[in-house]
Amino acid sequence: MGYSEDSGTGNERGMTLADLRPGQKGQVLRLPDEAIGNSLAALGLVRGAVVALGRKAPLGDPRIYSLLGYQLSLREAEARLVGIEIC
Amino acid sequence: MDGKIITVALVGNPNCGKTTVLNQLAHAHEAVGNYPRVTVAPREYKISHGDWTIRLVDLPGIYSLSSKSPEERAGRDFILFKRPDVIVNILDAGNLDRSLFLTTQLIEMELPRVHVLNMADEARRKGIVIDRAALVSMLGGPVVETVATSGEGLATVLDLAIQQAGAAHQHHVSVGYDIHLEQAIERVGTIVKDLHPAELTPRQCRWLAIKLLEGDEEILTREGEHSELIEQVNEERRQFSRHHGEKCEHAMAAGRYGFIRGLLMEARTIPDSVDAGGVAIDDVLLHRLAGLPILLGLMWLMFEATFQLGGVPADWIKSGVDLVSGALRSLLPESMVRDLVLDGVLAGIGGTIVFLPNVVILFFFLALFSETGYLARAAFLLDRVMHLFGLHGKALIPLIMGYGCNVPAIMATRTIESERSRVITAMVTPFMCCSARLPLLMLFAGAFFGAQAGTMVFIMYMLSIVTALGSAVLLSKTILRAKSEPFVMELPPYRLPTLHAVLFHMWENATGFLQKVGSVILVGSIVIWFLQAFPRDVDYSRDYDAARVEAGQIQDEAERADAIGKLALAENGEKLEKSYLGRVGIAVSPLFRPLGFGWKDTVAIMTGVVAKEAVVASYAVLYAEGKESEGLQRAIAASMPPLQAFAFMVFVLLYLPCLSTMGALRREAGGWAWAGLSVVYSLGLAWGLAFIIVAAGGVLP
Repeated sequence: MGYSEDSGTGNERGMTLADLRPGQKGQVLRLPDEAIGNSLAALGLVRGAVVALGRKAPLGDPRIYSLLGYQLSLREAEARLVGIEIC
Repeated sequence: MDGKIITVALVGNPNCGKTTVLNQLAHAHEAVGNYPRVTVAPREYKISHGDWTIRLVDLPGIYSLSSKSPEERAGRDFILFKRPDVIVNILDAGNLDRSLFLTTQLIEMELPRVHVLNMADEARRKGIVIDRAALVSMLGGPVVETVATSGEGLATVLDLAIQQAGAAHQHHVSVGYDIHLEQAIERVGTIVKDLHPAELTPRQCRWLAIKLLEGDEEILTREGEHSELIEQVNEERRQFSRHHGEKCEHAMAAGRYGFIRGLLMEARTIPDSVDAGGVAIDDVLLHRLAGLPILLGLMWLMFEATFQLGGVPADWIKSGVDLVSGALRSLLPESMVRDLVLDGVLAGIGGTIVFLPNVVILFFFLALFSETGYLARAAFLLDRVMHLFGLHGKALIPLIMGYGCNVPAIMATRTIESERSRVITAMVTPFMCCSARLPLLMLFAGAFFGAQAGTMVFIMYMLSIVTALGSAVLLSKTILRAKSEPFVMELPPYRLPTLHAVLFHMWENATGFLQKVGSVILVGSIVIWFLQAFPRDVDYSRDYDAARVEAGQIQDEAERADAIGKLALAENGEKLEKSYLGRVGIAVSPLFRPLGFGWKDTVAIMTGVVAKEAVVASYAVLYAEGKESEGLQRAIAASMPPLQAFAFMVFVLLYLPCLSTMGALRREAGGWAWAGLSVVYSLGLAWGLAFIIVAAGGVLP
């Protein structure tokens, strides 16, 4: 905790995982500072990782992403925290 | 090595086949002891292999060794403080990219390791080729390919584990990080070394430095007294994130994944396109329109099978128990001991094992769903709805099961990994209207609401799920308040389950059920029996024996039998009234007077604590009428106005989990405190709602 210099909230600028359309790929740029960032990093969502959106649940949320040859399900709320660029 | 005993810890991700490895090892080899899992504590098996005794410790399935979740902490503490002789790291051969992340952390903890590439057949089928020799040198420990379901390679795992435990020299490897991180590790490591001279090896210093830089709260607290060290660590972390625009720990994770990428580039050949697993199946099962109906269909099937199919052997068990009970009754001389054995102990055990078929069938389905990978998909489909109520996607299955019987339903909450979601789900499941409540609801609905009886019962069913979901919201906003956990869940590839795995799962849960739930209901039934059976000599208001003689004079056979039956019921009713239970019921009945319930209702409610079915049976005794007779309906219809009857139905629907449910709740939620809270909360809620109904009904014309 404790350093907020330039991390900002980071979410309003740029794309996030939540913005991917099914089939689209993105490369991870930023992880959230909150504890969830560590869990996501442990699962392979680290800077530079390539992630694709597989599909959304029938009710719109959560979604399935694929990375590192496996499938990971996230809610929009968490996906929104991961900054990406489309690739 | 001291003696011929070694401790081997099994470590791996969820869904890597760790349980199968464990089961195969524990069962293919002579099992010396078997200690079923206690909440978070690791499960342990002792097996013998050659001359060796191996303590196999199964650590929870985890993705990382941070100190965040209880499972991760349990795993890490075991490795750190219990220092197992060898770690058997189980990896999914088909998904090394992610499974090796945990390995990078184990490498830094410096214990002898055996790396198991499990589900090697699946990887081969995908066309993945692994250069084992290359992996051995890069991971710093032997590598074995296994197929746990067939047992392939598992004997080698044990041989290697023993060999590693005895090895004098370990081949060390390091995970290398980005240059700036390495420099920070070096600087912090130096301070660590100065603070703990001669205590720690250089590699241990490095591990500690890495953990500190990762901001590991537990390690930071542990080193809290060394303010100089902590300051340096904080400064390094600040500097790093300023210059690199990302947190130290995220860069470390990226470094680990970089290490893995490099390693796999050399040691693995993989076809260009590998199917992430069952996209075609998911196109159907997770279909935008068909996905949910298919899920509901499957749940209906599970529900029907559990309670319809399970009802058949349940009836056999019931008749078996009746048979034994009847035989004992005629064999044993009439005595208090006989009554205790038959009406207390045997009734209690019988009342429990009657659920066994339901539990076994339920766990068959749950094992099938979780082994195939469908359970994760079900949670995925339902998460949106359940999230509205502060619950996890996986919570819907226990809730639906609750309509059948709360006991297996609460046991089904085990599939929810997050402690908080699991406790909330277990706590609200008892509000689901189980089938044992149905007879009473039907009796009352029939007695008071005639043609509308069906509607009334349906209203009760709706009320029960509304109460459960409402209570979930309440719990998640009050005592179990926390930021709702993120829904971060791997969707494992579809796999064909093995019969062995499914059977083992069923067996383990069935025995657990009998042991734990059995003991609670046994004690409870004995207590209730005692309260019902004492005092022994009741001061009857009339001479039943004389009345029986008189009734024996009646000419018409049917009439005579009827009169004698009525007398027996009346005698029993009076006995119950004057028993301790009856006296307690009469004593507490003022509490229920505002709701319009009489003492008979109070006593009936109290007997329902053992099992909800008992409520109707008690009414039959109290009103001296047959259980399914019209007489009982008439007697009850005359006992209170319809408004009170409605309030009473609501009360019985919601009050107190039965003893078996309390036992299950204690076990799954983890403590009597939760069971106690459930009692207080449900009683309060049931009373409150019943009171509101009566009060509101009184105001309305």
